[in-house]
Amino acid sequence: MLTDLTIAEARDGLRAKTFSAVELTTAHLDAIEALNPRLNAYITVTHAGALEQARAADAALAAGTQRALTGIPLAIKDLFCTEGVRTTAGSKMLGPFVPPYESTVTAQLLRDGAVFLGKANLDEFAMGSSNMTSAFGPVESPWKRRQDETAVLVPGGSSGGSAAAVSARLAMGATGTDTGGSIRQPASYCGLVGMKPTYGRCSRFGVVAFASSLDHPGPFARTVRDTAILLGSMAGHDPKDSTSAFLPVPDFEAACARGVKGLRIGVPREYRADGMPSEIEALWQQGLDWLRAAGAEVVDVSLPHTRYGLATYYIVAPAEASSNLARYDGVRFGLRHDGEDLRDLYERTRAEGFGAEVRRRVLIGTYVLSAGYYDAYYLRAQKIRALIRKDYTEAFTKVDALLTPTAPSAAFAQGENMDDPIKMYLNDVFTVPANLAGVPAVSVPAGLDSNGLPLGLQVIGKPFDEETLFAVAGAIEQAAGFDAVPQVRAGGK
Amino acid sequence: MSLDHATVRRIASLARIRVEEHEVETLRTELNSILGWIEQLNEVDIEGIAPLAGAADTAQPMRADVVTDGGYVEKILANAPERIGDFYAVPKVVE
Repeated sequence: MLTDLTIAEARDGLRAKTFSAVELTTAHLDAIEALNPRLNAYITVTHAGALEQARAADAALAAGTQRALTGIPLAIKDLFCTEGVRTTAGSKMLGPFVPPYESTVTAQLLRDGAVFLGKANLDEFAMGSSNMTSAFGPVESPWKRRQDETAVLVPGGSSGGSAAAVSARLAMGATGTDTGGSIRQPASYCGLVGMKPTYGRCSRFGVVAFASSLDHPGPFARTVRDTAILLGSMAGHDPKDSTSAFLPVPDFEAACARGVKGLRIGVPREYRADGMPSEIEALWQQGLDWLRAAGAEVVDVSLPHTRYGLATYYIVAPAEASSNLARYDGVRFGLRHDGEDLRDLYERTRAEGFGAEVRRRVLIGTYVLSAGYYDAYYLRAQKIRALIRKDYTEAFTKVDALLTPTAPSAAFAQGENMDDPIKMYLNDVFTVPANLAGVPAVSVPAGLDSNGLPLGLQVIGKPFDEETLFAVAGAIEQAAGFDAVPQVRAGGK
Repeated sequence: MSLDHATVRRIASLARIRVEEHEVETLRTELNSILGWIEQLNEVDIEGIAPLAGAADTAQPMRADVVTDGGYVEKILANAPERIGDFYAVPKVVE
């Protein structure tokens, strides 16, 4: 099936004219038509636009002017502004919003010939770990528990639609954003590779802002190599983002096969969370064994402030969100709810436009930034953030990369962890520290739990050393031989 | 620090989010639960630590202070919920 190919295989097939870009795109659009009503992975499907881009790709292939992603069908998280295509951020607030411009990351993917199948579902404003907070309904994970195929599981979040689409073969790859784990946790839940690159590697221009100092655009794919191909196109300096790094983009794809011989891999002892399932602990040890067998040296390291990462995050992220989301006022774009006067218009618009989780975070953020509380909460959190980053800087004087589990559990069912916001936040305990420090991290599928659900391992690296992460992830991928497929997929049942 | 009813109202007002009277108590409980959990940060010794606002190491670049873009009145107003001519329209703010 065309939908089962990797991006690298499809690239070769297109160049060899084994199939056309229109055929490849049509196969994905057909799969979307069949499965999206159930999975709800896409909020908007851009059927006509995708076919038009596929025809242009075929023309480029015929003319020999193809680029890195010519004809490759992708899903775009509905947080990236796409010119002329509705961009909702999963919120009622942006339900009617059609951006008049293109985000830098998506512009670069288009420059390289990619085909956009549509806009992928997500937690509202990327705030969530389950895709349950989307105003456009939850996403169903294509994966099922072996013992209970009726339970509807979450794909993780916030990039849940992206992960479900790539996993179910409704796209060959996808863009996501990761503010506290929103690429890596859904990648782990859905058996995918997902990378949060270094802060500044991918431009944030045109990405609907959640927490600007923590937001990282990044790719999802089914293999390490495909993920590297996508990042190569998405990354690069952008004068429109003042935090974009002025650095050349390395050949990420070449790094995937580099191997780990001679690398020093750190095991942060603080990641042994209380109550971690023994299966996850065992998989972690297995991962270390694989890397040892491939020639790496495993070293114990300490990240003493890791345990404060999550609480620090829940001050910094809401604070930045409360500021960023102040722009939704019902005046310039998006939803408006009329009121008696301007202030009433603001308050009614924001009450109607924001869902419960977004409202909670805006209120927390407003409180921690308010007069009299700023020093006790926000300033203290910024200082602890400095300590967390210092832990990584010190660890990376001893090791080349760190290996940890990606998430403390496999995917849970819709409705679980919904009774208490903190329970939901705990999903991100292993992923959040890398956002606070800005260091790159990748989740790679490493095995299945006893329910048959995917579990990922996370590799964390030095700033701007994604190449080592691809090398380590490549070694894990090769050793793990992960070939499980979800029950719900194109061409499946 | 535990939020009372009036503080929840004050925060909502600062955030410009209308909160109905019957929602205040639930919100108060939720926010207090989150803030109570965050209290664990008080055990960290932060003496002499400089705050870190962001993860970008690179110096903020300077650019020439010139107009490089603009002139898209129609594009920008295309998303306006209400417009009058080339302006956003809002309820009257000055009597």
